[in-house]
Amino acid sequence: MGADGDEGKEMPTEIRFAQLQELLADGDVELVEVLPAREYEEEHIPGAISIPLKSLGATSVSILDRHKPIVVYCWDDA
Amino acid sequence: MSPRAAWQLEAMGFVDVYDYVDGKVDWMAHGSRTEGPGPHYALLGEVADRSAVLTCRLGDRVGDVKDELESASHDYCVVLNNRDIVLGRLREKDVKGEPDEPVERVMEPGPTTVRPTESAKGLLERMRKRNVPAVIVTTKRGRLLGVATRRALERLVSE
Repeated sequence: MGADGDEGKEMPTEIRFAQLQELLADGDVELVEVLPAREYEEEHIPGAISIPLKSLGATSVSILDRHKPIVVYCWDDA
Repeated sequence: MSPRAAWQLEAMGFVDVYDYVDGKVDWMAHGSRTEGPGPHYALLGEVADRSAVLTCRLGDRVGDVKDELESASHDYCVVLNNRDIVLGRLREKDVKGEPDEPVERVMEPGPTTVRPTESAKGLLERMRKRNVPAVIVTTKRGRLLGVATRRALERLVSE
């Protein structure tokens, strides 16, 4: 295991509804919907920005603040 | 999809990345506000009402449940364990036994339940077809969220 303890990590850090609410209440969080843009445009979580998974790259993520926690979400857990 | 996005962001050097694994459908099922012109995808969870269901616990006396069923406008009582997991249902017809018996002796085990992320419109159609007045809503792990009535779903879908 590396010094940061992440070397053997099997999953990204998962959060549930209550934890998301806490992060949003704290304010300083980047919320990112990774679904196709049309689905974002129709309906999204307030404050979220759209970066579809297919366009997730150096250019698209340049709008994200690296000093803030990033929360990504899609439609469901399937 | 979101786990891959989280992995990719971490690979790109972001260090504080979280995956809201249950996603937008979970947010909406909690009845939380959304932004956007829609169409809004109405979900069952938006009308699941915890206060609209009578509950009892394993070990409770049948006689006590009978009294509650008679004094309230409920057709049944949902039987929970101490973690709010739905284990059974006690209908009025089931409570004719010995009043000191524990509810688990006479309950109907494993009643049908539905998830809050289910489409309100699709479920309403099925309830109409089968003349079901209400459904028990639980998390996927079986924790009771409430009951959704056909009337509440009809209101939601017509909004």
